[in-house]
Amino acid sequence: MALPKVNAVVVGAGAGGGIAAKELAQAGLSVVLLERGGWPHYDAHNDDELVSQRTPALGNPFGPDDQHYRRVIVNADGSQSTVLPSEGSYGNNAGCVGGGTVSYGAMAWRYMPQDFRMRSTYGEVKDSTLADWPISYEDLEPYYERAEYEIGVSGDASANPFAAPRKKPYPMPAFPFNREGLRVVETTRRMGLHPFPIPMLRNSVPYNGRPACIHMRSCVGFACPVDAKAGSQNTVIPLALASGNCELRTGCVAAELVVDDRGRARAVRYFDSEGRGQEQPADLVVVSASATETARLLLNSKSKLFPNGAGNNNDWVGRNLQGHCYVGAFGLAEDDVYEEAGPGATVAFCDFNHGNPGLVGGGMLANEFIALPYVFCDIRPPGSPRWGKAHKDFQRNYYKRVIRLYGPIQEIPNFSARVSVDPVVKDAWGIPVCRLSGSRHPLDLVLGDYMSRKAEDVIKEMGATRTWRGGPSLSLSGGQHQAGTCRMGDDPATSVTNRFGQVHDIANLFVADASLHVTNGAFNPVLTIMALAFRVSDHIKAGWKGGQFG
Amino acid sequence: MIALAVPAPLPRRTAQEPHEPLPDLANRGPPMSDESSPPSQSPSGVSRRTAVKIMAVGTIGAAVGAGATALVARREKPAAPRYYFFTEEEAAPLIAFCERIIPRDDTPGATEAGVIDFIDRQLVGVLSRHQHSYRAGLDSLRRTSFKLHGLAFDKIPAEAQDNVLRLLESGKAPGDCWGEPGQQSFFNLVLDHTRQGFYGSPRHGGNRDYTSYRMMGLAYPNIVGQDRRPSGGRV
Repeated sequence: MALPKVNAVVVGAGAGGGIAAKELAQAGLSVVLLERGGWPHYDAHNDDELVSQRTPALGNPFGPDDQHYRRVIVNADGSQSTVLPSEGSYGNNAGCVGGGTVSYGAMAWRYMPQDFRMRSTYGEVKDSTLADWPISYEDLEPYYERAEYEIGVSGDASANPFAAPRKKPYPMPAFPFNREGLRVVETTRRMGLHPFPIPMLRNSVPYNGRPACIHMRSCVGFACPVDAKAGSQNTVIPLALASGNCELRTGCVAAELVVDDRGRARAVRYFDSEGRGQEQPADLVVVSASATETARLLLNSKSKLFPNGAGNNNDWVGRNLQGHCYVGAFGLAEDDVYEEAGPGATVAFCDFNHGNPGLVGGGMLANEFIALPYVFCDIRPPGSPRWGKAHKDFQRNYYKRVIRLYGPIQEIPNFSARVSVDPVVKDAWGIPVCRLSGSRHPLDLVLGDYMSRKAEDVIKEMGATRTWRGGPSLSLSGGQHQAGTCRMGDDPATSVTNRFGQVHDIANLFVADASLHVTNGAFNPVLTIMALAFRVSDHIKAGWKGGQFG
Repeated sequence: MIALAVPAPLPRRTAQEPHEPLPDLANRGPPMSDESSPPSQSPSGVSRRTAVKIMAVGTIGAAVGAGATALVARREKPAAPRYYFFTEEEAAPLIAFCERIIPRDDTPGATEAGVIDFIDRQLVGVLSRHQHSYRAGLDSLRRTSFKLHGLAFDKIPAEAQDNVLRLLESGKAPGDCWGEPGQQSFFNLVLDHTRQGFYGSPRHGGNRDYTSYRMMGLAYPNIVGQDRRPSGGRV
């Protein structure tokens, strides 16, 4: 039985969906915001390292849970495994109001202009789907600015000569460098590099009615106890609800989109928090469920015109799955570099993001978030004993003396790295689950090795007594930085949506999350997700004519 | 179309049968913030081993392990089992194993930190999928120790224990003592859980009195609102 029709259903209350819901609701559309998880609460998980979204040894604090969800992973040798959300290969981000923005590290990067023109800049790359975005940095710049001001970013780009041009400064001053950061700054400057403070979606001063950061060491992977970290759950979603036009339905799991025989999205079928099947009709639908789950929802939405899933007549939904291969280096310092001030990452440099001879793309390098004691057990020079007195000695002697410089590299997209739906395995609601297969592009190994050596050079120059590198792997990407599975493009034959996130041939169906990313930059993607959500929303509002889109 | 039928939680997955999970009649394990102590009363009528078997075949469900024990405990009193999951015979070698992973020297090791309590509690909670691995792995460890040293693992000297563990870690222990889990899998499982129990939050039963935080010089507890930065600074 169908519920009363609304103007818009937004699927997923994360970085993209929260913004879309707020923008549409404030514009006067009636909006239903569906979220499979619930509201996050700091007190339920506090600073427990084993129940952190980054190290969910005892389960994901911010969803999804191990009881109701599964995925199938196809391994390199062709074998397959069914995995739980708390296992690494599941490639989880989050499932709660706010999505990944509740527990993220909150780095607030704008991609660089070249990041939108990878194909033009570097040419064709064999066995890859490397392409330019259909939009430029300039197209997105006003929306980056809105994200920085409406969600709230602290930063100062003046010391970064590679920064993308911006019209306004950040709304809040940058955070100071920490002890390790100061050393990185001093050393990199001596080496002719250009360090600067990392822009953060975190209040350096009171902003938008929320207080300044109190520097918990447990920050990344955790909710903020004072809401100094800005996410959609404490910024745009409350505004959407305050508009009186948005109803947030938590615990609601979208199963499929209903697309009629004229190629229009009519409704979203979902299971409510009591497990009852519901059908919510709408004038338009925005899907912002993350690159893996958005692709899964489209693929599970089969109709007469789209027998292989909504928008999938050219077999591009779920393709080009990207994330970020992280590489870098470690060093042992002669004295303490640790500082009891979270989250820890304070300094970055972008000297190697582009222009590396013979390489496609590059990467940003930054000092790292604080590693809590359990995670620190695996931060070791190669060949170190894993247990016994030697393990214990390293934990106590070097916990405060390990320098880390790490960063994401720009991955080369490829067609075989993909999300499909498994023909057999279903979740607790009977919905076919994500099936992840493929691997990273071989060039990621080359770039990753190059970047880890750059990081090691700096750490050696810092005077570390011993250094080692953390290199790349070919294992399938995804996880918190998952992207690329419904790429935007001008040619429907090689993309899923147009340049406004509108699914080709389904005029009232939109995507507003990192699925749209053609390439994924070499930066944490969240600010780009937010900017795209503002841009997609603007397009919807412009096309909204008295109760109908388009 | 996907049928919009009322859902049921998925069966809990087990390590040995990834695609044929045990039935799990309860939604969730004990809450992870559960601060309750192990059962102080022994089961009557149902032996501890039988109770565990019942849980393992799923007629009660792993998630209610602690509760089930408490229910039967009402009928009789007695002899204080210390653990939710392990028998005393299983716990002794596992305690020895964990202590070699993180041994006592001038600061406490795994035993004093309560790692066994951490593992025991998780095995009837969110990590119940590893019950079989522990039961079978500890049995294989027992056979390995008897084969090589003629004694139980907890009865041989620390150096001999280390040697056995090195064999497991490198997959070189006598193969006929090991089935599923394999020796390296079992070693890695215990290694990981020992670390979790030693370095994780005390609310899960391990890291007693924040002993690992003390050892590493990490301020504890992590009080919300404390900003311990030195004057800090910009360049």
